Amino acid sequence: MIKGIQLEMRQSYAFVARNFNLVKRYWGWEVVWLAYSIANSLSVTFIGAGAAEITGETQIDTNFLITYLLIGTLVWRFLASIFNNISEMIAWERWEGTIEYTFMAPVHRFNQMIGQTIFAIVYSLLFTVIIGVVVAGFFDLSFADADLAAATVILLVGSLSFVGIGVVASILPLLYPERGAQMTNIVQAFFLLVSGIYYPVSVLPGWLQVLAKISPATYVLEGMRAALLPNTATADPLSYVWPLLIMGLIMLPLGIYLFQRAEKYTKRTGKLKRNG
Amino acid sequence: MLEYSTPTQEAALVVEHVVKRFNVAADPWWRRWAGSHKATSNHAANGQSANGHDTPPRLKARRGKELVTAVSDVSFSVYRREIFGVLGPNGSGKSTLIRLLSTLLLPDEGAITVFGLDVERDEMAVKRLINRVSVEAAFFKKLSPKENLLYGARLYGVSGKEADRKAREILGRLGLRESSYTSPMEDMSRGMQQKVAIARAFLTQPVLLLLDEPTTGLDPRSKLEVQAFVNELRDTHDATIVITTHDMNEADALCDRIAILDDGRIAALDTPEGLKRRIRRNGHEPTLEEVFMALTGKELVEKDDVTDFEPEKVLS
Repeated sequence: MIKGIQLEMRQSYAFVARNFNLVKRYWGWEVVWLAYSIANSLSVTFIGAGAAEITGETQIDTNFLITYLLIGTLVWRFLASIFNNISEMIAWERWEGTIEYTFMAPVHRFNQMIGQTIFAIVYSLLFTVIIGVVVAGFFDLSFADADLAAATVILLVGSLSFVGIGVVASILPLLYPERGAQMTNIVQAFFLLVSGIYYPVSVLPGWLQVLAKISPATYVLEGMRAALLPNTATADPLSYVWPLLIMGLIMLPLGIYLFQRAEKYTKRTGKLKRNG
Repeated sequence: MLEYSTPTQEAALVVEHVVKRFNVAADPWWRRWAGSHKATSNHAANGQSANGHDTPPRLKARRGKELVTAVSDVSFSVYRREIFGVLGPNGSGKSTLIRLLSTLLLPDEGAITVFGLDVERDEMAVKRLINRVSVEAAFFKKLSPKENLLYGARLYGVSGKEADRKAREILGRLGLRESSYTSPMEDMSRGMQQKVAIARAFLTQPVLLLLDEPTTGLDPRSKLEVQAFVNELRDTHDATIVITTHDMNEADALCDRIAILDDGRIAALDTPEGLKRRIRRNGHEPTLEEVFMALTGKELVEKDDVTDFEPEKVLS
């Protein structure tokens, strides 16, 4: 029993260690991506800083607007990083040509997902903290009233459902060797649009607001804003945990189930071979 | 050589009436209309296999596709501690067969068992018993041999420390320099990469080792080193080995028995000596290559395979 658990943990750890080794070896790309992400987040938050000048209104609470946008950009960076790390796990292996070796190994997909998830959360958290510290350094922001514990819980619970969505999206490169990786960008774009990253969901057309309700990112963002901007909160931050928990509990097993079905299909049709 | 014919011998691998078909892109209508596609092409007409045999009526190709039979009613057994060779020209279905044995493809018909375990039903248990070396040394190219091997070994439950010790030992025996062990794989020659691929498979001590042209791209000395290692793996680790190769000398030197695969079917199966005996005439001792040509009417690598069509891309 203990030996079995040790074996499963070792398998999950294999993915964590491999991914960190890849980050280490591709460090140049990581630096470029980090610099780009910082510049991108800064450019978004400067919109808040310039709001008074843009609109000509002097009564605008600029610091609130900057914090609002900063939360949006950081949460999105975090969730998008998790989504990318999970959804690209197949595309990455196809690109390197190692997919057959990983799929031939006696590893349950669940163990593979555990390893990928641990890596994705640790990596994304580090990445987001660095961006947050750098961007916040440009402004005079105060989080004295913020409920940081609630914000952390919301972020971690929310990331689980994004892992599930990432697993479902990773099926695309499995089924479509040539176009699958690009297709995952469409999934990501959908969440970017409907989840209220930089604006309240209420400004969206009615039919998009319906879609916003099924996006876990909507609840993560509203929960994070309620925790970090308590003066404007309309609900208890922890009230957003339940929908996220339910979504995570549905999306994770569903993602793994669908992935296993897709894996079977590729083995039936011979699609594992093509390194697209 | 093993006494494979002893009926009490334990079967490590049993392949029974296995068929594998693929849908592959069809020629565009204008080319078919113009009749420019070759009659000898491995692309078969809809509903027909590459070798012209009718497929069951329910198995029609998808729209715009052609149904190609890569492995057609193949049956054989490999006994424990046997080195079993599969010879065939490009596109004969060798790699497809190896992928079927290694759970990377599911058979359309028939059954494959490894030490009594069905590759489809008992997939995870079978995976623990096997490993494979393919002709392409597939690795994370930026990672070092050490990082790649530790990753591969951990997937099979081998600890990092043990994998590191064994990897150094195996690679040392295969002639890999110590300094290369921690350098990126992309800096290594193809032959060196192939040695790391061999070490990756040996590290997990598989009881059934599937070698798909493992020595392609290696220099003669490295080939001999690998061959000696394969023999040693069988002798000291009780491993059973299935090997596909283009190298007739290698097949002759290594294999207890050889199956000759042609258009997805087994054209002959015997010991190297038994195969030679079939075409021995007037005291002339035939080579395995002559046996192959006599039994299939083909050369191992045909001109058309290279200039006109890449069947491995379709059939493998």
